[in-house]
Amino acid sequence: MPMLIEYLPILLDGLLTTLSVSLVSLSIASLFGLAGALAKLSSERGAQAVAGTYTTLIRSIPDLVLMLALFYGGQALVNDIGLRLGWDYIDIDPFLAGSLTLGFIYGAYLTETFRGAFLAIPKGQAEAGLAYGMSGFQVLWHITLPQMIRHAIPGFANNWLVMVKASALVSIIGLDDMVHRASLATAATAQPFTFYAAVAAIYLAVTTVSILALGQVEKRFSLGVRKAVL
Amino acid sequence: MIDLQIIQDNLPAFLDGARVTILLLLASAAAGLSLSLPLAVARVSANPFLSRPVFLFTYVLRGTPLLVQLFMVYFGLAQFDLVRESSLWPLLREPWFCAWIAFTLNTAAYTTEMLAGALRATPAGEVEAARSLGMTGFDIYTRILIPGAVRRALPQYGNELVMLMHATSIASAVTLVEITRVARDVHANTLLAVEAFGTAALFYLALTLCITGLFRLLERRLLRHLARPAGAS
Repeated sequence: MPMLIEYLPILLDGLLTTLSVSLVSLSIASLFGLAGALAKLSSERGAQAVAGTYTTLIRSIPDLVLMLALFYGGQALVNDIGLRLGWDYIDIDPFLAGSLTLGFIYGAYLTETFRGAFLAIPKGQAEAGLAYGMSGFQVLWHITLPQMIRHAIPGFANNWLVMVKASALVSIIGLDDMVHRASLATAATAQPFTFYAAVAAIYLAVTTVSILALGQVEKRFSLGVRKAVL
Repeated sequence: MIDLQIIQDNLPAFLDGARVTILLLLASAAAGLSLSLPLAVARVSANPFLSRPVFLFTYVLRGTPLLVQLFMVYFGLAQFDLVRESSLWPLLREPWFCAWIAFTLNTAAYTTEMLAGALRATPAGEVEAARSLGMTGFDIYTRILIPGAVRRALPQYGNELVMLMHATSIASAVTLVEITRVARDVHANTLLAVEAFGTAALFYLALTLCITGLFRLLERRLLRHLARPAGAS
């Protein structure tokens, strides 16, 4: 226990990395998810095919394998290009690589979340906007997007929870997150259970706070929506 | 561009890895499913002394990363003298045993909540009909509630199995030589990321397709009463 208190600041510092990776990944995933959903719902055959392949492929392969493939594959690709252009060897920053990969992976899951949420909005809403002379982008920005958020929140919340937990995998590609800090502390103190249990407890606190906070957000976006009484 | 020779040379290693992945999946799924049935029944029980502890179990296991859970079992248990002196120690030192324990508990937590949801979704009339026929509580569970819930949970359980199969890739972090570990070793030896991880990805893709295909067949068989007549959309 005294050991744990001594190392707690180090673990909490790692938590900052864990949270930053998760938040940056979530933003990237939201962009990929939005683009994916719009592509799947568009009438463009090519866009549909690209988005379809993206979601099926990503969701059929484990996160860890994708992360390793994109991390090492991306590293090789960047340096292949760099070599041709005469650059020096480039070491990809694990934070950037980890966030980009997690964002790319969870964008595939969010694509489905957002697609379902867009479909839940009555078609007449967009038609009304178009009839008033709004452009396609204006309809998206002022009418469908704000309303879609309410329907997307439960799926979005779920994805966030899964992603926070998946962020533990970045320790495997060498990022100095909470799990990595715990393994360092373990090596120094020979108390692996204490430290991994502490990390698990911190993750549990993060997921619990997230569940409570996202419940509030859902309430906020559902103002004016009547709930069925069962 | 892609070095097919490297893939061909390492194919036997990948096949061995796939065998380990499949064994780990089957062993954890079987144990997890057997654990989760009684746990789900306890979870929906009106008795808080039964339902609360199960809720706590599923909440903690679903709220923490599997990687950390695996590390707690594999690296963590050795911290306690009691464990190291117990007769189970030779097993608890083994990475495959630790992975099996961690994956079993993890999938049991998710499956318990899934089955509990399916149990709660039982139409009230089915239970009333069973009661009116004079069935006892045990009979109602084994003949009405559980078979119905299992059928309702079937599509979701297919997803859970795919997730569990993907989760077995984490076992590579505790030196178990399954598909992902083989890929990491091939990459370490050749520095060919596309060949190493691409092959692993294809193996996982094939396994995913097998599981989803199998469940489509199962659903067609077990949920045949829900099938829409041909021609109706």
